[in-house]
Formats: sequence, C-alpha cells, structure tokens
Amino acid sequence: MKTSFILSASESIRDAILDHESELESLDRAIGDGDHYINMKRGANAIVEIRAELESLTPDAALNKIGMKLLSTIGGASGPLLASFFMSMGKILKENADDSAPSYAAAFVAGVEAIQQRGKAGLGEKTMLDVLIPVAQQFSTLATSNTNIKDICTALMHTAEQGMLSTKALIATKGRAAGLGERAIGHIDPGAKSCQLMIEAVCKQVLLIQN
Amino acid sequence: MKKFINKIDDVLVESLSGFAGAHHDLVKLSLDPNFLTRQQKAVKKVAIISGGGSGHEPLHAGYIGYGMLDAACPGHVFTSPTPDQMLAAAEEVHADKGILFIVKNYAGDVMNFEMAAEMLPFESATVLTSDDCAVINSTYTTGRRGVAGTVIVEKCVGSLAETGATLQACKALGDKVNGLTASMGIALTSCTVPAAGRPTFDIEDNEIEMGVGIHGEPGRKREVMREADAIVQEVVSAILDALKPSPNSEALLLINGFGATPLMELYIIYNTAAKLFNHHGINITRSLVGNYTTALDMAGASITLCLLDDEIKQHWDSPVHTAALRWGV
Repeated sequence: MKTSFILSASESIRDAILDHESELESLDRAIGDGDHYINMKRGANAIVEIRAELESLTPDAALNKIGMKLLSTIGGASGPLLASFFMSMGKILKENADDSAPSYAAAFVAGVEAIQQRGKAGLGEKTMLDVLIPVAQQFSTLATSNTNIKDICTALMHTAEQGMLSTKALIATKGRAAGLGERAIGHIDPGAKSCQLMIEAVCKQVLLIQN
Repeated sequence: MKKFINKIDDVLVESLSGFAGAHHDLVKLSLDPNFLTRQQKAVKKVAIISGGGSGHEPLHAGYIGYGMLDAACPGHVFTSPTPDQMLAAAEEVHADKGILFIVKNYAGDVMNFEMAAEMLPFESATVLTSDDCAVINSTYTTGRRGVAGTVIVEKCVGSLAETGATLQACKALGDKVNGLTASMGIALTSCTVPAAGRPTFDIEDNEIEMGVGIHGEPGRKREVMREADAIVQEVVSAILDALKPSPNSEALLLINGFGATPLMELYIIYNTAAKLFNHHGINITRSLVGNYTTALDMAGASITLCLLDDEIKQHWDSPVHTAALRWGV
C-alpha cells in the first residue's frame, strides 16, 4: 500500500459520506441527537484538506496523522474511536512494514481492538463494532488463507453490509441510544452505517485499482 | 428554522466572542483550539476544567471565575470538545496542584477527556457527573447521564479548590455531591441544532417526553400532556426513588429551564416540587431557579435535588463570581 492509495481512499470515503447525508441524518435523528453526519463530514473534509501534508509521509505515518487530525476535528464519541483505529493501524504497519494482505489484516484487527478498548464495547451493542468486528475477523481469516484481493474486498463489503443491517434488530447498550431501551429496535445504528460506507468506499477503491 | 444566526459555520465562534466580550472582566477566550479561562489566573490551587458540547449555555463557560471553574472547553453544538482543547486549557491554568476535570457522563465526553488525561503532562483526576435518574443505571448501559446537577458539583468543588485543597480532596467532594444528586427532565418541544436546521425529534402538540436528555435524546417514555402538578409529581417520585433520602433530610432544589420555558412556569414547577418534597420530609433550604443547563431552544425543564450536609452547604454558600452565578462577592 502506498500513501497515494490512502489519499484516494480518503477522497472516496469523503464522497461516500457526503452522498449519504440524508440517510445518516435521519438515522441519527431517530436514535441519537442528529449530529452524526455533520461530525463525519467535518472529519472527512479535514483529511482531504491535509492532502499535501499527508503526501510526503510513509503510509504508517500518514495513518497516524489521520488519526491525530480526526481526534482534534470530529469530537463526540466518533472522534476518539476513529482516531484510536487509525493510530493503532499506523502503529502496527510501522512495526510490520511488508506490503502483504496479512499485514493489512493485522493492522485492521489492531485498529478494531483499539476501538473496543476505548469504547469499552463489544459485539451486539448496536454500535460501529457490529460492522467492524465481523469484518476484522473475516479479513484476518481470508488474508491468511491466500484468498485473492478481489475476493477479499467483495466478501468484506458483504459482511459490512450484513453487520450494518444486524443493528436494526438490536437494543443499544452503549452510546447515546442506550437510554432508549426497546425503542431503538427497528433503527439501524448511524455509526454502523457510516463504518459500512467507509469500508465499502475503501474496498471499491481497491477493486478499481485491481481492474 | 428561525434563529439569530449569521452563517451556520460562525455560530460557535461568534457566540463565544460575544460571551467573552460581555464578560471581559471575568473571562478570556482563546481560539483554535477553543477554550476560555479566568481573566486572572489563580495560583497554588487545583485547576478545575470542565467542558462539553455547546448549546447548554451558561454551562460551562458561564461558571468560570472565582469559586468555580478555571477553564472551560466548548465543543461544537452538542458535540464533545477534543483533547487538544483540554491540553491547551490545562497548560494555561495549571497552578501546581494538578488538574481536575469535571465531565458529564456521555460516551463522547468521557473518551475525549480520557484521551486528554492520558496525554497530559500534569497530575489529573476526573469527576464524572451522572445525576440524570431518567436513564436507569444497569450493567447494560454506560450509566446515567450528567445533566443540570453538574452545576452543583462545579460550584462545590470550585469552592473547595479555592481553599488550597488537594486534588484527591476535590475529586472526593465532587464524587460525593454527584452521588447525593438526582435530576430528571421533561421536554415539551424539540430543540433545533443550527447545523441540522430542523427539530432533533418529532413530538406532537399534546405530547411530552419524560426523562429527556439535554441534547433532545429520548428519555423514559412519551406521554400525553397533563397539568403541571401531575408532571412534577411523576418527576419528584423518580428522584425520591433514586436518592431514597432519610426523613428530615435537608436539600437544595434546582429547577432548570431548557431554554424556551418562561421563568413564570419554572416557578410553578418549583412551587409544586418544593411542596411535594416537603411532604416527604425533605426540608428545602437552598434553591436555584432559572436557565442553568439548557438544550438550545427546547421548551421544558428539569428538576434536580441535591441532599445537603454541612460540608456541601458550606461550599454551596461560599462566595462565587462567575457570569451565571454570583453571590457573596
């Protein structure tokens, strides 16, 4: 992975967030406080704006810088969680610099673990982790079994979508929707939706390059 | 949306600049990262820093000054501030006795202050406020939310810090006051976040949200509008259930407006709530009625009861000089 890929993936993520304004807003209005889209947009724009600064960095340093920028830009719960993800990913890539799928899977897994620790949350709590944990597990399994990169991306996009949809039936036990009890049932978690969008955007970017 | 704003993106900075200008004798504003401090830096005391999303004014910047906070970090509307703000504020107000963060118990605030504390080059401690008894604490939730009771915690801890007390003593008093305080809110209307441009939640003309949070997030249940006494009765019962005060307790009663409810109605709430608490053997010896922890333009109010002992009374009564609370000076 080159830094140029991180830059183009960041732009795809920004576009995916902006394209889903009304959906993200209405999901958060239903079970949160309605600011999730605004915060994600602010974060995504901030990363695209520091493009020049990121260009000169190695991939691991660029990921760390993205984490720091998100930490000081997004606020809310999403800020520290996404920052912890990118900073941990950067740290693992720095230690493990080979350009291989298992390395990226290991970095992704470490990022998801950092989110679990920071948010003190796990699977089935109606959060972004309902997307991230299954994707991390599958990424790790496929990457270590010599699956080709196209098949990995296709599978991860599917798993992310399933994880996102699974939050609809759940009661929230973490985050701001936790006070809602059974009233949260029937609504997709906005954080799960934005994570699914980001994973899809990055996977599509990989597929574009592969083709 | 009908609001006194210019550009959506300028709402926060223009409001902070207006606040700092209006109270230039008390506070100083720094931008990028955004934080406010006392005009006169205090020395040799625990520095008390609070912060949270904007939209709850006068919380927290309105409580900067002698006897309360040393600094406040305002986030975007209803969004936690970020660690760089807390680090910059701590650097400025640190006065050799450590930093005490007072943080309302919301996932975002907790995580951002936690990351700031990890990066801080000074000794620090955190008091998490969690006075909202509408959200029932269980192993399945992140616990109760921090709401208007935070003002009482900030007042008492701020008073103790002025005496030169240690970081541990300040934290202990904050935790104690928080444990003796319970609140619950009722929304009559939604609020509108400027950047969202429309009401955060839908509510019919004849409906109220019992146990609403200070961001318009839902509470216990949606009910049909009734007369004030019936609504207050329900909230008072919930508070009594949460605090289980012994008979002959002494207490402070705070009736807090959410932003769009007239004082006239807040006093109607006070009138009923004080009578009901009295009826349960609670002697209301201190009171505060007004807009102290708002939710933008939401119509509604919260009721907070804080059980008093001699120590808490002493620190509630002591002199305070801030934009939003001032007595004894």
